[in-house]
Amino acid sequence: MSHKVVVPIGPYHPLQEEPEYFRLYVEGEKVVDIDIVIGYLHRGIEKLSESKHFDQVAFLVERICGICSNSHPIAYCQAMEDLAGIQVPEKALYIRTIIAELERIHSHLLWLGLAGHFIGYNTVWMWAWKYREPVLDMFEMISGNRNHYAMMKIGGVRRDILDEDIPALKKTLDDLVPIVAMFKGAVMDDPVIQSRLKGVGILTKQQAIDWCVVGPTARASGLNMDLRRDDPYAAYDMVNWKVIVQEEGDIFAKTVVRILELGESISIIRQCLDKMPKGEFDANVKQIPAGVGIGRIEAPRGECFHYVKSDGTNRPIRHKIRAPSYMNVASNKVGAVGGTISDAAITLAAVDPCYCCTERTAVIEKSSDRKILNGFDLIKLSQDKTEALKERMGHGTIK
Amino acid sequence: MSIREKIKEKLSRAIIDYNEHSPRRIYILIKQKDLKTAVTLLFKELGLRFITSSGQENPDGFEIIYHFSADASGEVISLRVNLEDRKNPKVDSITPIIIGAEWIEREIWELLGINFIGHPNLKRLLLAEEWPQGEFPLRHDHDHEHEHSHEDKKND
Repeated sequence: MSHKVVVPIGPYHPLQEEPEYFRLYVEGEKVVDIDIVIGYLHRGIEKLSESKHFDQVAFLVERICGICSNSHPIAYCQAMEDLAGIQVPEKALYIRTIIAELERIHSHLLWLGLAGHFIGYNTVWMWAWKYREPVLDMFEMISGNRNHYAMMKIGGVRRDILDEDIPALKKTLDDLVPIVAMFKGAVMDDPVIQSRLKGVGILTKQQAIDWCVVGPTARASGLNMDLRRDDPYAAYDMVNWKVIVQEEGDIFAKTVVRILELGESISIIRQCLDKMPKGEFDANVKQIPAGVGIGRIEAPRGECFHYVKSDGTNRPIRHKIRAPSYMNVASNKVGAVGGTISDAAITLAAVDPCYCCTERTAVIEKSSDRKILNGFDLIKLSQDKTEALKERMGHGTIK
Repeated sequence: MSIREKIKEKLSRAIIDYNEHSPRRIYILIKQKDLKTAVTLLFKELGLRFITSSGQENPDGFEIIYHFSADASGEVISLRVNLEDRKNPKVDSITPIIIGAEWIEREIWELLGINFIGHPNLKRLLLAEEWPQGEFPLRHDHDHEHEHSHEDKKND
């Protein structure tokens, strides 16, 4: 007799920043189906945008997401620049790149910490979050804010990066290089983490194509795509860096992509600080004509897409926003199904879901529709599995 | 042959208007009846990635724009379709061709009131269950001042 059980995770997940609801249908230990319910954070920003003038919209879209708060403003500003045919001064392009890459570093570190906690590696969690702090300090130095930097405007940036700040920024970046190397060793070379994450939550290349996933989720499934190289914007075509691609599609591959990207981001920022020209950083845009524009950028989670239509007034008449998680979270339909309950928490978290951008979890016994587990139980299950692995592999049980 | 040339050649009979707005941003207005053929060509044959669809209400009716990305060349190919029926807007669903389009079609359906024919799972995505039927918040005639207050009861 088969018991289909539903595991609830959420809506207010104790570990993730935002409300989410996944209804997992399980038979025994195996996840057989998943229901993803979003909308808890739907704030009608696309509609709200129609009531703001073009300069205000940059501030509005910055509030879509607290983690990648810079991604939406850049994509929006690029959409407006495409609409109006605006040339952005070179210095502004470099500053945009620096901000975008700093954001990638802090966002990937945040994810790495959460992922570590989910599998019971609380040291990884605390390290990752500790070393995320200096990145936020750099933001504070540049913009005055640790988050919501308010740096982007149509035609350029709102603040310059001062020459006297550059040595301190470089020093902080240099200090991060050995940290990234440490994470490479501590996470990528750890035999327990490898056996815990390899072969788990696989998204095949074909599934990645079918579900149109983006960012590290796609690159870990063998899709060689990165808008920073493919549709170059800001100063990415003026610096040297490489796109990180892994073939396996499992959670280990997603982890590797993000850790290696940290190193690339540090390198990009260093080059930008060295090459950044002097001069204007704002094109002083006065008028937006009628027309349409598309802007897109490679946010930490993948492609962030903005489409704006203007009728010649000072407000958009349509502003379509598609955040990367919108595509990635939907792909959990294939990523989590077929796996075990103890792998569900880390699998669902592996796409680095950002629900503000898009949007909870329950384990339900199918025959009785009874909830048997909640999010806490799931993470406990996940951590216990790691513990068991450690014991079997002779790695002790130090937490 | 570049992607845009291939599209122009293979869709010559479906294209009403072709516009290269900027070097990597191309907008192609096609006939509504040719939508599925065009989407199949772009996604299945040419291997473009589906980004999203933008539904919008224009003074003369509804329009849906299907954005595709040619990642190899950095181009965004936007297929535009003007919907013929203004009172009762409907269009073929592309979800049977691209599973990744499921959510966005559900979103456009609930926010703009456009029906997607052949969609396998046309139910609410973002709006609460209690949101009144037949009220579409993204339409220009929607009365935001007298919006019904509702409790969020989605969580069971």
